[in-house]
Amino acid sequence: MKPGERVLRYVLLLLVLVISIGPFLWQLSTSLKSMREDIYTLTPRFIPEHPTFENYVKVAETIPVWAYAGNSLVVAVIVVGGNAIGATLAGFALARLRFRGGKLLLGAFLATLVLPGEVTIISQYVTIRSLGLADTLLGVALPGAIGMLNVLLMRTAFAAIPREMDEAAIVDGANAWQRLVRIGLPNVRGMLSVIVIFAFIGAWDDFLWPLIVLNDPDKFTLTVGLQYLNGTFSANPRLIAAGTMIAFIPIVIVFAVLQRFFFRGVEEGAIKG
Amino acid sequence: MTAGHGTLGRARGDAGSGRHVRPEPVPRPGRKPVANQRWFTPWLLVAPAAIWLAVFNVWPSINTVVLAFTNAKPIGGGHFTGPANFRRALNDDQLADALLNSVVFMLVCLPLLTFLPLLLAVLVEKRLPGITFFRTAFYTPVIASAVVVAVIWGWLLNEQGMINGIARQLKIIQEPLPFLTDRWLLLFSAISLTVWKGLGYYMIIYLSALGNVRRELHEAAAVDGAGPVRRFFAITVPGVRNTMLLISVLISVSALRTFTELYVLSKGTGGPGGRDMSVVMLIQMYSRGFTGHLGYASALSILLFVLTIGPMLLLLRLNRKEA
Repeated sequence: MKPGERVLRYVLLLLVLVISIGPFLWQLSTSLKSMREDIYTLTPRFIPEHPTFENYVKVAETIPVWAYAGNSLVVAVIVVGGNAIGATLAGFALARLRFRGGKLLLGAFLATLVLPGEVTIISQYVTIRSLGLADTLLGVALPGAIGMLNVLLMRTAFAAIPREMDEAAIVDGANAWQRLVRIGLPNVRGMLSVIVIFAFIGAWDDFLWPLIVLNDPDKFTLTVGLQYLNGTFSANPRLIAAGTMIAFIPIVIVFAVLQRFFFRGVEEGAIKG
Repeated sequence: MTAGHGTLGRARGDAGSGRHVRPEPVPRPGRKPVANQRWFTPWLLVAPAAIWLAVFNVWPSINTVVLAFTNAKPIGGGHFTGPANFRRALNDDQLADALLNSVVFMLVCLPLLTFLPLLLAVLVEKRLPGITFFRTAFYTPVIASAVVVAVIWGWLLNEQGMINGIARQLKIIQEPLPFLTDRWLLLFSAISLTVWKGLGYYMIIYLSALGNVRRELHEAAAVDGAGPVRRFFAITVPGVRNTMLLISVLISVSALRTFTELYVLSKGTGGPGGRDMSVVMLIQMYSRGFTGHLGYASALSILLFVLTIGPMLLLLRLNRKEA
């Protein structure tokens, strides 16, 4: 690569960097500005004059933001656990075990893919309500606790393991469970981590479904609580900014820590290419 | 992931921003040793997923159709009313606006989100030092919740916000533009942030497709004196043609499914006169409160299904073909 091209590439990369993370940094900056600093001036400063965490304290006095974060975490943990276990077990059975009705079941899982989640969201709510779970965190978490797409992805991952490994284990007398634990799991760790990452992000970021299920402001998840705060016209932008960061920073940390699994998953085709 | 962004029939909690299944045929050699397996073992393993399939996918699908022919309310109701809900939809001005909004969404997003992410992917393709950092950073808007993103953009686009401030400083405009309170400006603001949030998502899809474009072609063309622009259109674009088609279908579906961006930017009001609603916003609106109407919301859900089924089936086909 010529030096000129290299410089041009970095210039463009930096430009896109500003566009893609600039708004987040601006919001972070707003969240750290003190009440004395004018945030409406035509020439706002990027670096706060008197950086302070007081907005993070005050936002918690306006809405129970830490409780909301806890609620989001509860939902995310249920969704992650449910998907890791449910999708792994079903994916293994569909890929590696032969049983009557297996093909039919696989077809049914596949058929759900043409159905956007929004289409069934009303009757989903009716179901949750008749289970007595309306306005509960369990009701928010339950429908997504085993994603049909995740079952199919785990099946694809298990199917990629060479048959011979299974057959050798069968000759050695290993039962289905032993084959799942000793042969299956070590070979599907990549896909499993992608599913875990996305289940967490999906549950933490979700808005429409908790908005429909939850009524009681004490039970809000972070996204619903943040919209609630944002919708109050009198709310101070510094406090809203602090709330945004409380919702945003955990997901960035999760992604930053696990991103190497994610980009490896991209290469393995877990994310469509 | 997005949520909202190009997802192939994603249920909530399905690992985020829409990955697609690429069902692979299971290789079957001629003879297999017989496993010592009890007949119920496979069923025991698939049971949880099968229950979820039945309770949270199959049953709600059936029930949506049933509810669409009733006057079910969040409280009470539930009598058979025949095609009344569908007749009501035909005369619903707000629905007509919502459909128009989806068309505008689609027309603006399609060219922008099919080409810009490809340029980005070409930019981050070369393994320069620090490229992983840039890729991750460009993907950040995708992993952020649409609520977070819309709240941030609401602050930037506010009449006292930074974008109006800069435009006034540069004397581009005299008075602040009402990005969030004008019927069309609000729609275009929602579209802009959808494009902004989608860039990284489609970039990653293109990035893995670029890996399959043969390097020799580029080298040969370079030897023949073709410049980068020429090579982009003559080699890169044809090389990712299938992915491009896939992405444009994804964009069309996500334009129909849009919700959070419009909801949060309009603070739940749907803009002036409620004219900036989307179909999903209408569904959500009718799911709640004393004015709620679950029957009508279900009829709208069926309409949404009819609009998305074509592209969705096309997506499945495209996925299979590429596998």
